[in-house]
Amino acid sequence: MTQVLIIAEHDGAKLNPATAKCVTCARGLPDANITIAVCAADATAVAAQAAALAGVARVLKLENPANAQPLAALLAPQIVALAADYTHLLGPSTTFGKDLMPRIAALLDCAQVSNIMAVVDATHFRRPTYAGNAIVTVECAPGAKLVGTVRTASFEAAGGGGAATVQAVTPAATLPAHTRFVARAAAKADRPDLQSATRVISGGRALGSAENFKILYELADELGAAVGASRAAVDAGFAANDMQVGQTGKIIAPELYIAIGISGAIQHLTGIKDARTIVAINKDAEAPIFEIADFGLVGDLFQIVPELKRLVAGSRALKAD
Amino acid sequence: MKRILVGIKRVVDANVRIRVNPDGTGVMTDGVKMAINPFDEIALEEALRIKERGAADEVVVVSIGIADAQQQLRTALAMGADRALLVRSDTAVEPLTAAQVFLKLIAREEPFLVILGKQAIDDDNSQTGPMLAALWNRPQATFASKIELAASTAKVTREVDAGLETIEVDLPAVITTDLRLNEPRYVKLPDIMKAKKKPLDTLTLAELGVEPRAQVKLVRFEAPSQRQKGVLVKDAAELVGALRKRGVI
Ligand SMILES: Cc1cc2nc3c(=O)[nH]c(=O)nc-3n(C[C@H](O)[C@H](O)[C@H](O)COP(=O)(O)OP(=O)(O)OC[C@H]3O[C@@H](n4cnc5c(N)ncnc54)[C@H](O)[C@@H]3O)c2cc1C
Ligand SMILES: Nc1ncnc2c1ncn2[C@@H]1O[C@H](COP(=O)(O)O)[C@@H](O)[C@H]1O
Repeated sequence: MTQVLIIAEHDGAKLNPATAKCVTCARGLPDANITIAVCAADATAVAAQAAALAGVARVLKLENPANAQPLAALLAPQIVALAADYTHLLGPSTTFGKDLMPRIAALLDCAQVSNIMAVVDATHFRRPTYAGNAIVTVECAPGAKLVGTVRTASFEAAGGGGAATVQAVTPAATLPAHTRFVARAAAKADRPDLQSATRVISGGRALGSAENFKILYELADELGAAVGASRAAVDAGFAANDMQVGQTGKIIAPELYIAIGISGAIQHLTGIKDARTIVAINKDAEAPIFEIADFGLVGDLFQIVPELKRLVAGSRALKAD
Repeated sequence: MKRILVGIKRVVDANVRIRVNPDGTGVMTDGVKMAINPFDEIALEEALRIKERGAADEVVVVSIGIADAQQQLRTALAMGADRALLVRSDTAVEPLTAAQVFLKLIAREEPFLVILGKQAIDDDNSQTGPMLAALWNRPQATFASKIELAASTAKVTREVDAGLETIEVDLPAVITTDLRLNEPRYVKLPDIMKAKKKPLDTLTLAELGVEPRAQVKLVRFEAPSQRQKGVLVKDAAELVGALRKRGVI
């Protein structure tokens, strides 16, 4: 049997949807028995959400005031103390998982497979390299413990309806005092989350200013969409860092992705290639983004975006009648 | 001596169009432009700025790889690093091995700071920094977009999915860079000449006492499945109609 331990990502109150995607990845392993570890100051709420995920057998609560913030240096030794019972340890390929999982792997002296996009069997996985321009199948030593991060855009979230047992554990681990949380400036939570939104509208350098991004927000509001950005737009200060989509930003898989004033560099495209429908709006008909877009519209975004907003709002009003 | 160790990985330049080779054993690298991993350039730039502020005395750059990685180390010296170490390995090393190499070098060089990239843009592994911090039993501050150094601590702003997070770590520590930490300087011609005289030492894994691990075999490379090119619509109205028809709005 494959014994899988998934490290839950959460904000203290809510389980991050990335964890439900790790569950789906884990279920691809042969004969998987899945446990989720919730490290928190008070894990009650998050553990209950984890226990409801279909396919999860057991949820472990690792409650400790030191776990109020997800600091890898503190969480890793606790997970390592539990690791003997597991063959596979998985976390999402989010900043949380990318920070934590390699620390766990090194303490266990075992290898990590990053960004798992498909499980072939217990020792073979597929993962993207070179910004998604090459997909490599990797083979891990049979019988060796394995740490992995899961490319969440490649997996559907596990459904609900599960009833896993919840159990508190106190791992025997000494926690270091050398790392301290200071503060987090979280993005505004009043719009859909980029990583789980079904619709995403992204703006690029062409927007020209943070002020101009407003037209994207207005359209996004009409569509119930999250707003993303290219690296160029983030670097220029038009958009916050947590909005960056791409190889070094967020990898997303919405139903609808609208790229506005984005040229379509490979580093950007790697973040969106799993989107169901891609729309590109760009004034340059030769822009590479059109090569992968399902629908392309050549023209000036400053004219098209407000018009789109009117049309979407108009047809919604029509439907409501 | 207050020393900073910086990782410099030789990778295919970010602007090269990557092609998988016909036998599926890797990607084409013949005649392809190679470069310093962009995140490592940022790591070096940060180290140089720290030194220029007087908070460090020496910046040592390290590359693990084939002899040709000397080119990237020379570039790093031209940017301003004081000395370079090439740890020769004819095969690509896994992140855990890279971390073990850095750990051995830490024992020799006793840096107060190790700055690595958050990821190498070839393998996109994103593992070496946290692995090294774990083996070294020291703090890690990954995805740094701002570093404020004090006498024995560093305050680091990290680019996380939720926004910006600030942590404080005791030194020595491992920091990995994100894109917005700084903008690396350009190398000037006279500096390239000067860099030729700077020390570049070569070591082997065996000399360092590192047994390379090969725990993850790369069995087969494939080109990703391509998305089909779609259609052009003539205006916003046609676009909205098409999206409605698809049921996505
Ligand atoms: C190591 C590395 C990692 C990277 N990671 C990422 C990443 O994660 N995400 C990412 O996005 N990028 C990333 N990049 C950067 C990437 O290579 C591109 O530079 C970036 O995506 C370009 O952003 P852009 O398309 O907004 O800007 P540009 O390439 O400048 O494109 C702007 C586009 O807007 C169009 N335009 C201009 N005016 C108008 C108008 N009025 N109406 C309509 N269209 C208009 C232009 O025709 C052009 O196509 C990375 C680069 C490196 C080296
Ligand atoms: N072969 C190498 N030589 C020098 N530095 C490396 C090497 N491999 C990894 N690193 C460092 O570790 C960082 C992260 O690499 P990775 O874990 O492979 O994504 C890189 O940005 C480098 O700073």
